[in-house]
Amino acid sequence: MLAPLFSSKLLLILFFGTLFGLILGVLPGLGPTTGGALILPFTMTLDPLSAIVLLTSIYCAGTYGGAITAVLINTPGTPAAAATCLDGYPLAQKGEAGRALGMATVSSTVGGIFSVVILVFFAPILAQLAYEFGQPEYFALAIFGLTMLASIGEGSPIKNLIAGAFGILISTVGKDFMTSIDRFTFGINELTEGIGFIPVVVGLFAMSEMLTQSTLINQVFNRIALKAIKLPSKDDYKKTWKTILRSSGIGSFIGVLPAEGGTVASLIGYSEAKRFSKNPEEFGKGSIEGIAGAEAANNAATGGAMVPTLALGIPGSATTAVILTGLIIHGVRPGPDLFREQPDFLYGIFGAMLIANILFFIFGFFGAKIFARITLVPNKILWPMIFAVSVCGTYSLNQSIIDVWIMLFFGVLGFFMRRYGFSVVPVIIGLILGELVEGTLRQSLVIFDGNWLMFFTRPIALTFFILSLIALAFPLIRSRKIKKNND
Amino acid sequence: MKNVQKSKRANKSLPFFFKDEFKVSFVIIFISLILLLTTFTFDIVPPILNRGIQPATFPKALLILIIAMTLIVYYLATKNPWKIEKKLPRSFFLTLFSFILFVIVSKALDFFLAISALSIFVAYYWGEKRLFYLLLVGIIFPIIVFVFFETILGLRFPPGIITNIYYS
Repeated sequence: MLAPLFSSKLLLILFFGTLFGLILGVLPGLGPTTGGALILPFTMTLDPLSAIVLLTSIYCAGTYGGAITAVLINTPGTPAAAATCLDGYPLAQKGEAGRALGMATVSSTVGGIFSVVILVFFAPILAQLAYEFGQPEYFALAIFGLTMLASIGEGSPIKNLIAGAFGILISTVGKDFMTSIDRFTFGINELTEGIGFIPVVVGLFAMSEMLTQSTLINQVFNRIALKAIKLPSKDDYKKTWKTILRSSGIGSFIGVLPAEGGTVASLIGYSEAKRFSKNPEEFGKGSIEGIAGAEAANNAATGGAMVPTLALGIPGSATTAVILTGLIIHGVRPGPDLFREQPDFLYGIFGAMLIANILFFIFGFFGAKIFARITLVPNKILWPMIFAVSVCGTYSLNQSIIDVWIMLFFGVLGFFMRRYGFSVVPVIIGLILGELVEGTLRQSLVIFDGNWLMFFTRPIALTFFILSLIALAFPLIRSRKIKKNND
Repeated sequence: MKNVQKSKRANKSLPFFFKDEFKVSFVIIFISLILLLTTFTFDIVPPILNRGIQPATFPKALLILIIAMTLIVYYLATKNPWKIEKKLPRSFFLTLFSFILFVIVSKALDFFLAISALSIFVAYYWGEKRLFYLLLVGIIFPIIVFVFFETILGLRFPPGIITNIYYS
């Protein structure tokens, strides 16, 4: 599995990718999705394996990096680390920041490695199953992926679905890929090629965050000093090993579901840790099990999310949507054929994720104190620099100034979406899945001679439609249950 | 929790057209209707070339879905009002203005100058008054980024008063 990685160039890329991912994870508002989108133009100079190794190492390390900020300044470096704040910061306030970060590092590494094992075993099986898929099955699968947006954890389910539909709508801009008819181009030549993924992602994540940061410039963080990370004690291991394993399983499973990612995984991992704990009253006050539950789950989601991304071409999370774009722009089409034709390439990715998990353990353990200092870089210096990189990176893909303006437009739109409770993640997933949804729908209708009911005569497609209904009903049932519990 | 309840109560006392839920729903539906009307201007494909459905059908269905879901969001908001968001500070509007400034300068004068101007403007209004740091974010860093993209990625930036000097 590691053989394709034994080149000094790839190991160097892996080293710097992990380092860069950690820095991105530590900085609130950035994270692996934005960082991956920013780095995507640079990967054009690399071969496909190097490019994806770079992106996946950023993904793994960035997901862990969020825990450092969550523990030390009570602000999650990434949304996936939000649940880590609940117990990480209170434990740090008690003077045990080193212990909290030690547990976060160990459980993240275990979760991450566990998920790579899941990826190695399940991705080929899923890819094998995908051989049975025709256009109607892919359409039903894409619909299932989109309905899963209803329960991604951020915002209300209907608002998420509106954002997802909006993402698909963006994918229809430009020449219709089947008939070459212009749609929503408004006479602008640059729009006939459609709206690129990078301007939208950089705009929705980086630029909207810049606007959000502009509203917080007077905010003061109470940073807790870190002496050194401590490896968990024997007693801590005894208390948490079951939680770590359970959360690793939960995280991997949630990751495999289309569109779900580390944020949902960590919330479920945390609540399950509390449910199974002998001391649930300690949760929220600095429970070591709470940190372990959240961190093992969010890192386990990384490998899980790569399963549908590589096997089906359906992103498992927002960051894997960026990785999927990286694959596509490098001419690699994810799906079952990839497993048959390029096994070395895939094993290179699996190996890179495994090594990235070990590397961030080493970097985290020996360098957390230095990474914590990165949070001291003032926003008034950091964000103008990010702006310069975002603008040049977006421009570089098509050498088009219109792309830069589109990025700024989506920055403003993303800010207002977040302000009024619409998550921006569904827009990205919708944009990625848009062409698949429309293309497979139209091709299926050609096969079915326009008879829509024929979709329900295909067992796999029908299964996905039923799962879609469950995915839509789940948030409703959950909110009723919460309401009932509150009453 | 008390603050949320307070802001919800305050929201209830406002006339409906001042409430965020109305304004947001109105904007989404208004834009969707305009786009829906636009779909009627799309060319119609003759049946022999038509693959499954007309090119306008899919976007039309999406827009109708968005309008329907927005109406549900609004209906739910009338039962459970959104909390009132804090007023946006001056620094937000200045940053937004700097985006507009960037578009104008990059179009009319120079791409590099636009990045430089925005970086200095934002850094200054976000509180950075030290000249060295303003030069760092406004001139030194953009030069590094430009040279990096130009040499490593072989990128050619759009012509402008400063970029032309660099290329000549």
